[in-house]
Amino acid sequence: MNRLLAFIIIVVVSVGVVAGTSNWLFNDVKLGLDLKGGFEILYEAQPIEPGGKVTKDSLVETAKSLEARANATGVAEPEVTTEGANRIRVKIAGVSDEAKVRDILKKPAELTFRSSDGCAADKGYCKVELRGSDFKQNGANVQQTNLGQYEITIKLKSAKQFADVTGKIAKLAPNNQLAIYLDDTLLSAPNVNGVIDSTDASITGNFTREEATNLKNTINLGALPLNLTEKYTQSVGATLGKLSLKETLFAGAIGTVLILLFMMIFYRLPGIIASFSILVYIWLLLLGFNLIGATLTLPGIAAFILGIGMAVDANIIMAERIKEEMRSGKSILSSQKAGSKHSFRTIIDAHVTTSIAALVLFFIGVGSVKGFAVILLLSIVISILTNVFFSRLLLTLIIRSGLIKKKSLFGVKESEVSAL
Amino acid sequence: MRYNFGQVNERKFSFVAKARYFFIFSIIITILGIGTLAIFGLNYGVDFRAGSSVDIALKKDLSGQKDAIEKYLGDSGFGKPGLTVGSNRVTLRFNDVLTDAKEKELKAGFAEKFDKGASFEVNTVDTEIAKELQTNALKAVLVASIGIVIYVSIRFEWRFAVAAIVALLHDAFIVISLFSIFRLEVNLPFIVAVLTIIGYSINDTIVIFDRIRENLRFAKLKTSADVANVVNESIWQTLTRSINTVMTVVVAALCLLIFGSVSIKLFSLAILFGLISGAYSSIFIASPLWLLLKNKQKPKAAVKSPAAS
Repeated sequence: MNRLLAFIIIVVVSVGVVAGTSNWLFNDVKLGLDLKGGFEILYEAQPIEPGGKVTKDSLVETAKSLEARANATGVAEPEVTTEGANRIRVKIAGVSDEAKVRDILKKPAELTFRSSDGCAADKGYCKVELRGSDFKQNGANVQQTNLGQYEITIKLKSAKQFADVTGKIAKLAPNNQLAIYLDDTLLSAPNVNGVIDSTDASITGNFTREEATNLKNTINLGALPLNLTEKYTQSVGATLGKLSLKETLFAGAIGTVLILLFMMIFYRLPGIIASFSILVYIWLLLLGFNLIGATLTLPGIAAFILGIGMAVDANIIMAERIKEEMRSGKSILSSQKAGSKHSFRTIIDAHVTTSIAALVLFFIGVGSVKGFAVILLLSIVISILTNVFFSRLLLTLIIRSGLIKKKSLFGVKESEVSAL
Repeated sequence: MRYNFGQVNERKFSFVAKARYFFIFSIIITILGIGTLAIFGLNYGVDFRAGSSVDIALKKDLSGQKDAIEKYLGDSGFGKPGLTVGSNRVTLRFNDVLTDAKEKELKAGFAEKFDKGASFEVNTVDTEIAKELQTNALKAVLVASIGIVIYVSIRFEWRFAVAAIVALLHDAFIVISLFSIFRLEVNLPFIVAVLTIIGYSINDTIVIFDRIRENLRFAKLKTSADVANVVNESIWQTLTRSINTVMTVVVAALCLLIFGSVSIKLFSLAILFGLISGAYSSIFIASPLWLLLKNKQKPKAAVKSPAAS
């Protein structure tokens, strides 16, 4: 009787936990951009100056800067990761104004000070004197001048360098302007009349307060240490993503219901227990997803399906084995014991072999191959927990409670049972 | 009794005796696959060709407006991309990369002109990346195969390992061949589908091998016919499981194919091919292949315990 009680308690508690938390769990699963809408860009980085090198540090610095830019636009949780020696992957899901975010990400926003030193008359300011890396990061500020105008102050790293440059330009009169460019846009071109030995410089112009603030932000965010080219972009409209998700969930739900129905009809008691374990398995998988912060994408759903396939397989192997033992004439109790024991080895071997493949994919794979491997590994571990141990525990409890007397509850006909 | 192999039950179909037909069948498909792959290659989608693909989900039915769309694209300077117009979906394939500005223009222009509720999916790819992922996946599969060979050789014996790997590569290749023969488009998710199939194939094969190993332990093996008999019996004993398992997974894949979103239809189809091939190869290829390898052993050794390899 105690065993029956234990069985009932386990079932009731599991149902309670699963039913009570599913909704929350489900809403908490991070969806990839293919299911939610958003975009993904894979950049390849090149050094800004020819002959330069892309170092790990500069790559990480660029990635951080990209993340800051994405954050500045107010999108939720941009995912910026470096890949290999010179790549950066940016994933942003659920963006309402995609075009704007992409623009800001791409904007090289390099501040340069240029002069017309040695330039042909029609070429304007062609000589770059100071570039992004010569300015202090986050050094830009907005200031109101005495005349009520807005100007942007910037800080240089070296006063001496500025002194050298300004000294040189001052001698170029009448072409003694120090032109300030943001990328290829001329912001202002003040005259330089003498050596400025200071780390402070300012950009004046007829800026409104808003323009000045925007410019300040761009400069501060700006100056990516590396040049980026887009190698791969994927952008999914939010409606399309949601449609994909809805359709795929619907398909998955129908598939799951059909599988569970089949299990219950074909395998009776073990089938019902298997169905129950599979539901717990799906729940745990979602929980695992949330805990490791994995993102569910379409390839992820594939691993999910394979996982459910393996989960069903584990249950089928056990139920079939128990049936075989019964047909050979063993009692229900000893059939269950022998069946669980024999099937356990089979299931473990199958799971271990698959997990070897998954581990290799995880360590060698990149991008979606790696993501697939993570989910596959997770589902293998959870599958062993639920479909082997949990199923077996429930089945043992109910059989030992003495409630189950007929082999037909296992889908075995009395006529099939041979005498021992 | 001349045709009777040991204690083969005549009621039962002998998977082992007919194995040669299945080998021939698989070899024919493989050769066909190699042929089409060599001549036509795979029908690579945008992920593997430079260019952009645009999928547009529509609120309105534009199926009658193919000409209008073509005209709009031509007039607006988008050239002549490949165009498929469905009842609620339009797909465009550009052979050149759609620049950021062009992409914006297309989205705005199309929505304005045809359907305000249109939702877009745009993929622009540098082939280098997809090729890299392909090579990477291939490398991973090869290393994984070596890992599996080592594990199965330790837990079972090397012949099982070889047979399992042949079955695994067979399944992956069948799916690739079928996609080549039917000219189905191959994109990045296809690689993931093939990986899924490999995972399933190995899982399916090992279960039957496990039963063969178990039965060998208790069998009295005098002749090679006895071994054949054990293999055949093992296949029969696990047949219900093999069929039930593949059926449940096929149902799941079919549901995805029929009800799932358009973007994973081809993916589901690849999985479906692979599942069927996986179940087939475990029964008709892997097990008889193991027997073939086993019989190649010196006659004396065949009688010995299977654990000794």
